[in-house]
Amino acid sequence: MATDKTNLQLVVNGILNENPIFRLVLSMCPAVGISTTVMNGFMLGIAVLFVQVCSSCTISLFKNVIHPRIRIPTYTLTIATWVTVIDMVLAAYLPEAYAKMGIFIKLIVAFAIITMRLEMFACKESVNASFWDGIGMGLGFMFGMMALGFVRELLGMGTILGYDVLGFKPLLFFVLPFAGFFCVGLMMAFFNYIEIVYKRAKRA
Amino acid sequence: MKTSTMKRIVLLLAVVLALPVLAQAQELIAGKSFGKAKNEIVVTFAGDVDRATVENPANYRVYEEQDPDIKLDLVRVALAPDQKTATLTFKEPLNTRVPHVVSISHLSESGAAATFKVMKPYLGYLFSILVSALLINNFVFTKYLGLCVFFGTSKRKDTAKGMGFTFTMVMVVSAIMSWFFYQFILKPYGLNFLQIVVFIGLVSLTVQAVDTVLRKVNPALFNAFGVYLVLVIANCVIIAVPLILADNEYNFLESFMLALGAGGGFLLALYLMSSVRERMELANIPATFKGVPIAFIVAGQFALAFLGFSGLTLF
Repeated sequence: MATDKTNLQLVVNGILNENPIFRLVLSMCPAVGISTTVMNGFMLGIAVLFVQVCSSCTISLFKNVIHPRIRIPTYTLTIATWVTVIDMVLAAYLPEAYAKMGIFIKLIVAFAIITMRLEMFACKESVNASFWDGIGMGLGFMFGMMALGFVRELLGMGTILGYDVLGFKPLLFFVLPFAGFFCVGLMMAFFNYIEIVYKRAKRA
Repeated sequence: MKTSTMKRIVLLLAVVLALPVLAQAQELIAGKSFGKAKNEIVVTFAGDVDRATVENPANYRVYEEQDPDIKLDLVRVALAPDQKTATLTFKEPLNTRVPHVVSISHLSESGAAATFKVMKPYLGYLFSILVSALLINNFVFTKYLGLCVFFGTSKRKDTAKGMGFTFTMVMVVSAIMSWFFYQFILKPYGLNFLQIVVFIGLVSLTVQAVDTVLRKVNPALFNAFGVYLVLVIANCVIIAVPLILADNEYNFLESFMLALGAGGGFLLALYLMSSVRERMELANIPATFKGVPIAFIVAGQFALAFLGFSGLTLF
């Protein structure tokens, strides 16, 4: 079974239609835990993008030799291997960013989104399609994290990427760690609202 | 007759209880403990002491019990106005988990040094790990772990309870196994970089083992909790425990307490959340907030409430 979507459609699908954070509601832990700044979201996004693309390609490459009964353990070990790689690379070359993200880099291994994509997509499709699907999912995650980070950094600190934009701090509340829950909840409600308004406009 | 016997027993008890205090008084030291700040030790003397002697850092020798050769850098000693309580301030924060040996010379008239050990009560320390994982650093509300399962299974109280107990069980078993692997295989052979691969494998194995054992040993319990076991595999709250205990170099008992606290904390969070969500089904919620968004807002409020535990210090 091969997908009939073009590469571009696969990427866009990951970013919009099946955005991991806002549409599939998966991988919520980092979305709440470390989305305080745009930079944090970007860094973790890069890491997830790397792991997703590499694992997707690996599984797609070996899909014919993996016995269906042991496929889940195989996925887990593949992901764990790639997470170890990115964990060591970040610890060596970007120790500051690595310290900020703490345990979440290692926990990429347990992100439901990656296993889900392997199970739903990579184990059936060609390496090429899996690669672009991985890119789409990774970018979708990254954009979700950066959108959250954008709102929280702008409202909480009045800055974007560390540059002072507003000149004052509107709501310090948003940078406090627990505000992640409120922020995600409010953004989801906002998207729901847009959807409701859109449907109403369509019907009328 | 009877009352006098009672009196005698009470007197005897009082003497026995007071003995350690008396013995210490002979050594001039009435009490010692780690101070409020991380780089302090507080010593209480039994009687009045000479201010010049006590406040001279050169008279002190302080070291961790396992490293007698490494003398800790003492910056200054301040004697309180009551002439009895001295606060020793060190250059660097002390590792309060290990016993420290303090020896003060020129204190008594004979010039002999008074040597004593300062340590935290170990049971209290274990208990504080448990309470910390349970409330202060609750895995859901202050570490933001396991949220997928948290939002997925907190719709009903029964499910929440089952899920919480299953999680606690798997967490404790997998933490103990990971501890053995880490201490006796990964560390001695320098395989630390394999942590993630080994721990995730162990967790999957544990889930499979718990599944099989439960099915044979207690079918009733298996029928109640079995369905949740599948969800447990590769959940971030479970894999986080081995990673944390490896990072902190916890020993066996400490690891056990951490796993128990983490599991209990997860159970507590699930139960609280499900109680609220059951009530919310009857409430009139705006259409845009129905379902997941309102659950996030409620979780945020719980997180705010749990923030109140952050000042809690025990022992």
